[in-house]
Amino acid sequence: MAPRLKLFIPLLLFAAMAVFLFRGLSLDPQELPSALLDRPLPSFSLPALGQERTLQREDLLGEPALLNVWATWCVACRVEHPYLRQLADSGVPIYGVNYKDEDADAARWLGELGNPYRFNIADRDGSLGLDLGVYGAPETYLLDADGVIRYRHVGVVDERVWQTILQPRYQQLLGGDAP
Amino acid sequence: MSQVLRLLGAVLVLVALPVSAVIETYEFSDPALEERYQVLSAELRCPKCQNQNIADSNAPISRDLRNVLHQQLEAGASDDEILDYMVARYGEFVRYRPRFDGATAVLWLAPALLVLAGLAVALLSLRGRRRQQSPESAELSAAERRRLQELLEKTERDA
Repeated sequence: MAPRLKLFIPLLLFAAMAVFLFRGLSLDPQELPSALLDRPLPSFSLPALGQERTLQREDLLGEPALLNVWATWCVACRVEHPYLRQLADSGVPIYGVNYKDEDADAARWLGELGNPYRFNIADRDGSLGLDLGVYGAPETYLLDADGVIRYRHVGVVDERVWQTILQPRYQQLLGGDAP
Repeated sequence: MSQVLRLLGAVLVLVALPVSAVIETYEFSDPALEERYQVLSAELRCPKCQNQNIADSNAPISRDLRNVLHQQLEAGASDDEILDYMVARYGEFVRYRPRFDGATAVLWLAPALLVLAGLAVALLSLRGRRRQQSPESAELSAAERRRLQELLEKTERDA
């Protein structure tokens, strides 16, 4: 290599590093892809919140739906709650996992703030949460009609998250059902 | 007196530090299990806090994972079974020493490659520098040695 060209090596190294660092700016290290992506929802057998029945994996099948992990001790869950009600009103099926919570607190919460959930799985000791790989509420899983996990969103679901991330995938799942 | 107090204070600070590291204790039926517990809890990474292992982390999820770890160790699970269980739920992310595969190859190989690249650069630049130096031998020739001897003897005589 000509000695003159060698002088450009530091510049090239800098450029390569700048590209990587710039990419890093738009990555969120808190956002981990679920280990269960494209895998079936783990099976479980847990009581329903406020009902005398036992829920199983099969109860969530049949149509694409959201599975929302929440708890009364989770501040961000309160933030997303009104938007979940809005989604439920527009016809999106939402199931809840009441994660490591007291049944009485959860029932009071739903009574005061409204109930967007078709039903709630009472995961008192967090066993379903563990099988799902939940590491912090709120988390929202997108399930297809066969109960396969298609997406996981960690954090608040608001209008922006729904419209840019969840809704396109949800529509795709709906479209897959139609033909 | 104040010196004694200061010394006492310093000793107390040293003694107090390790206490904050203890989160909760588990009873093990076998000391070997406890040893494995320490190793595994140091290798498993807290999914929530990310830069802590579950042994250090105070996050609720870490407490849960320590509990699971304790249960599985007592139930006789092997290290691999426990790690597989964790990875199946939280991904390779949960291990500080992830398995070697396509996604982690860069992680495992980059340090060795960088060392090799560094060695290559060092060798090349060293060789380049040697070539620039005078091609003549650094050894003195017979004539030079004789002249040096003469000069030394001359200075000795003059002194």
